[in-house]
Amino acid sequence: MKKNQSQEEFIKGIWRDNPVFVQVLGMCPMLAVTNSAINAVAMGLATFFVLVGSSFLVSTFRHLIPKQVRISCFIIIIATFVTIADYTLLALVPKVHKELGAFIPLIVANCLILGRQEAFASRYPTKLAVMDAMGMACGFLLALLSLGAVREVLGDGALFGVKLFSENFEPWVIMILPPGGFLTLGVILLFFNWFKFRKDEFLEEVAEAQRSSH
Amino acid sequence: MNAPKDTSSPNSLRLVLTLAIAGLVSGVAIIGIYESTLPTITANKARELREAVFKVLPGVSQMQALVYRDSQLVVVEVADKNEPVIYGGYGEQGDFVGYAMPAAGPGFQDTIAILYGYQPAEKIVVGMEVLESRETPGLGDKIYKDPVWVGGFSALSVEPEIIAVKKGKKSQANEIDAITGATISSKAVVRIINEAHAAWSAQLPASGSEPELIATEPAGAEAEQ
Repeated sequence: MKKNQSQEEFIKGIWRDNPVFVQVLGMCPMLAVTNSAINAVAMGLATFFVLVGSSFLVSTFRHLIPKQVRISCFIIIIATFVTIADYTLLALVPKVHKELGAFIPLIVANCLILGRQEAFASRYPTKLAVMDAMGMACGFLLALLSLGAVREVLGDGALFGVKLFSENFEPWVIMILPPGGFLTLGVILLFFNWFKFRKDEFLEEVAEAQRSSH
Repeated sequence: MNAPKDTSSPNSLRLVLTLAIAGLVSGVAIIGIYESTLPTITANKARELREAVFKVLPGVSQMQALVYRDSQLVVVEVADKNEPVIYGGYGEQGDFVGYAMPAAGPGFQDTIAILYGYQPAEKIVVGMEVLESRETPGLGDKIYKDPVWVGGFSALSVEPEIIAVKKGKKSQANEIDAITGATISSKAVVRIINEAHAAWSAQLPASGSEPELIATEPAGAEAEQ
């Protein structure tokens, strides 16, 4: 049962409660850095590190933090992890750091992270909090990657910097410009809502069929 | 919900202490990561600069930083902040090849910072590298992604000044084909070089009397240990 619950917390972040496609959180980095797959992965990994690290600490110290100053404490913890991620990226992959620019320090303001601390990590045991954070971060990473991959393939004719098409491919430059982010996100959200709509409809049909068979 | 059930607020001392401890721990962690990554970051920057200098000045294998002080170019280990620096490039035998000049100016979206190689003997630009730019991806970023454009700076005369002309119209030694779809960005690069050249040309010594190479170790090497 216990194992199932932590699995459940992990899975929900990837699909049912996906932070981007379902909760529509963290839109700022989502639209800004997904013009190439590699940027999306770097941003996703940095967010993963920050989210899991701060969820672990917040959950571990949840009884020690007075609730009047909890938000300040969460922000201090998040900001520390963001600074660590910032310097590590600058030292290890300066090129990616240059591309992501101001959006790494801005992870502090990503409402996805603060939201998870307030809604989950500060109320549940450490193990569940870490599972929840990992699930949410993976969901965020997958969302970034799916947007980044689509935009890079269409806008640059490449994936992870590898050219996919011949010289004859005319890149849709708009896809790597800001409007491309909105277009792609819109289409993906449309798919998710359509999917949810279909699922509800299906469940209703099943219920209907069961009722009439009685 | 596991939040504390009592509604009475804890005393202020506890609140202050909690935040103070959190801040202290956070500060120590940040100092730690700063100190441990600083050498790598400095080395990366020095290496990037060396690579850029070697790229814009073909045939160069040693370099030193030069600044303009007391109406002459002097060799410095580390330049003062805000002091314009150029880099002298030298061949294997310490023979002077050219200057690598950093320059910056407004582009289409934000400041473009470039480094260009200049050979004073023939008064030509021999290479150009964009160090920093936020030009539009897919259009303006061709100023560093378009090999034809970058290659156009291999022997470009600066006399009387560089002119960006429509693609395919280059006929003079001081003309370069602008990039189709990135006219503003390519003109900006040309203007940046022209302005930097105008500012520096009076301060560079006569051709043949450039500062000798003194540093036996290439500049920037001390940061790489």
